[in-house]
Amino acid sequence: MFNSRLLSLIRKEFIQIRRDPRTLALTILLPIVQLVLLGYAATNDVRNVPMAVFDQDKSAASRDLLDAYRTADYFKLTYDVQSEEELHRLIESNDVRVGLIIPPTYGRAITAGETAQVAFIIDGSDPTVANTALAAATFIGQSKATELTIERLAARGMGNVLGTAVEVRTQVWYNPDLVSSYYMIPALIGMILQFLASLLTATAIVREREYGTIEQIIVTPIQAWELVLGKVIPYVLIAFFNMLEILIAGVILFKIPINGSIGLLLALSALFIVTTLGMGIFISTMANTQQEAMLMVMFTLLPSVFLSGFLFPLEAMPVVLQWVSYAIPLRYYLIVVRGIILKGSGLAALGPEVFALSVFALIMLSAAAARFRKRLD
Amino acid sequence: MNEPIIVVENLLRCFTNGSSEITAVNHLNLTVQTGEIYGLVGPDGAGKTTLFRLLVGALRPDGGNGRIVGYDLAQDIEKVRHQIGYLPQRFSLYGDLTVGENLRFFAEAHGITAAAWRQRKTEMLAFVGLSEFEDRLARNLSGGMKQKLGLATALIHRPRLLLLDEPTGGVDPVTRQDFWQLIGRAVTREGVTVVVSTPYMDEASRCTRIGFMNGGRILAEGTVKELIRPLDGRILELAGTNPRQLRQIILADPDVEAVQTFGSKLHVRVKASTAEAVQQRLQQTIGTSGIALNRLRPIASTLEDVFIDLLENGNHEQTRH
Repeated sequence: MFNSRLLSLIRKEFIQIRRDPRTLALTILLPIVQLVLLGYAATNDVRNVPMAVFDQDKSAASRDLLDAYRTADYFKLTYDVQSEEELHRLIESNDVRVGLIIPPTYGRAITAGETAQVAFIIDGSDPTVANTALAAATFIGQSKATELTIERLAARGMGNVLGTAVEVRTQVWYNPDLVSSYYMIPALIGMILQFLASLLTATAIVREREYGTIEQIIVTPIQAWELVLGKVIPYVLIAFFNMLEILIAGVILFKIPINGSIGLLLALSALFIVTTLGMGIFISTMANTQQEAMLMVMFTLLPSVFLSGFLFPLEAMPVVLQWVSYAIPLRYYLIVVRGIILKGSGLAALGPEVFALSVFALIMLSAAAARFRKRLD
Repeated sequence: MNEPIIVVENLLRCFTNGSSEITAVNHLNLTVQTGEIYGLVGPDGAGKTTLFRLLVGALRPDGGNGRIVGYDLAQDIEKVRHQIGYLPQRFSLYGDLTVGENLRFFAEAHGITAAAWRQRKTEMLAFVGLSEFEDRLARNLSGGMKQKLGLATALIHRPRLLLLDEPTGGVDPVTRQDFWQLIGRAVTREGVTVVVSTPYMDEASRCTRIGFMNGGRILAEGTVKELIRPLDGRILELAGTNPRQLRQIILADPDVEAVQTFGSKLHVRVKASTAEAVQQRLQQTIGTSGIALNRLRPIASTLEDVFIDLLENGNHEQTRH
């Protein structure tokens, strides 16, 4: 298979890659830039939500409640306000996202053993922040309430009979601190691989047509499959390098724990690379110019971003879109890469995904081979 | 070498452009003998490039068949490719590879071993005069040098047949002369047969045989002598003060077939064996019109006269052919 013609095609491709330092630099830097941007920005972690407090009570009890909020790092008490109007203004001007109003009767109600009420106001315009704030506020408030209830019962000598009827003990596996970058960065590997691999191969083959060099290639004994492999092999190597790059940067910058087998990860990534390169070749058989090829790659990229589970959980999508997602190779690779890195999944657990990816690789490559002709028409 | 190096019969190729269909090569027949320099001459859109692409298998014919370098065009195109060198009309080498790297790549693509291509590369660079430019990127070569590199690349694997599609298009006149000398030397030294297309008449006359192509067919072919013979003694050259009026007067003569402008002169084609009579009549009519006549004399016909005649009376020539 590795005959001298194929080797000289590969050598030629590497010379050309080297002679185009701008593209080369972009190819090497792009994954890191994307990783850093998306890794830091595309996080769903809500921390230090700015909060204003209107404490009309200023009693020991109200300070105690505020401390409960302060100690959890969900909120940051940035403003102490003197009126409800001031609170509204701060929310409107985006200086705070939440506000806590403690009525003047709070301390008295607590000491009297009555039900004390506080108001918690949340800016709901960003649902992600609002959801977390809502859950955190409720949780902190209820813990405080439970604590006070126990104190009251104990004060009446009933502390020992008290036990919670049902206690839900939650255990978060694989990513116990729910760090969203642990979830995003493995997926980024898939995203970047698909983008670069399909873009590089598609434009590399179309370039021969656009620059007319294909006409000279046609009259040589170079076979169509040699021409395709001569393009694919250099870019498989580059895409593989990109993957290692992201993986290493992910471990160093974001402390991603790799729980599974690195060998399995590399092997299955290679399978995914073949799938996306097949897609690139297929695109190259349809496009006449590099620009056309680039547009087509972008066109395939959008559904991959939105329907693969990269950004939004598949379970939350309408059923029809869930069906569509089955046709997106990235969907399977995301399960593979997140599974291996986060859960330490083995080949057995990933059987269906590996099967699906193999089928896609086969379909893409045979479709590309069927369309690819060593001719001008 | 009894078998002609190219025999194609009834070659047909159509293109659909939107809703209209264009027949680029229209039931074309062509035979080229080993050792010839066969010149394909014709206006833009005559189908020359399509014909070349069909001959090298870059396009598939819609009909017809052919044998090239002893192999069937449809069945054994890969075997054909080992034996032919092709220089496309558009520069088709890698601009981002050096002269030497281009030669090496195409030598290896033809399966030439490392030991063999080094010597051949040096030989070819010397042949086209690019030895000192071996390390220059191909895109930084001048137009003429690019074509010379193309020629060297097309010859690197010692083909038996060389196909050159307008190799001197956009090349300065001096380099054109150079290039034609190279073609001649390639024939004698390398023993190749050449098919070359050109829009230039002076270049066509350097060929051993010429085929005049238009509308996807070869309308006439032969040596320069054979082609100009039918027009011998039928061309008058004229020059006068008022060319437009002059033209009208000439066209009014019943024995005049066509008038063509060549720079400041007019070439008048007349019916066979009427040249003397026309010359006398024109002398008189122009004399009475008041136009100053600088020149009026019979001249030897040129290829250009022949091709203009063929363009106007293509079908007539085709049936006669």
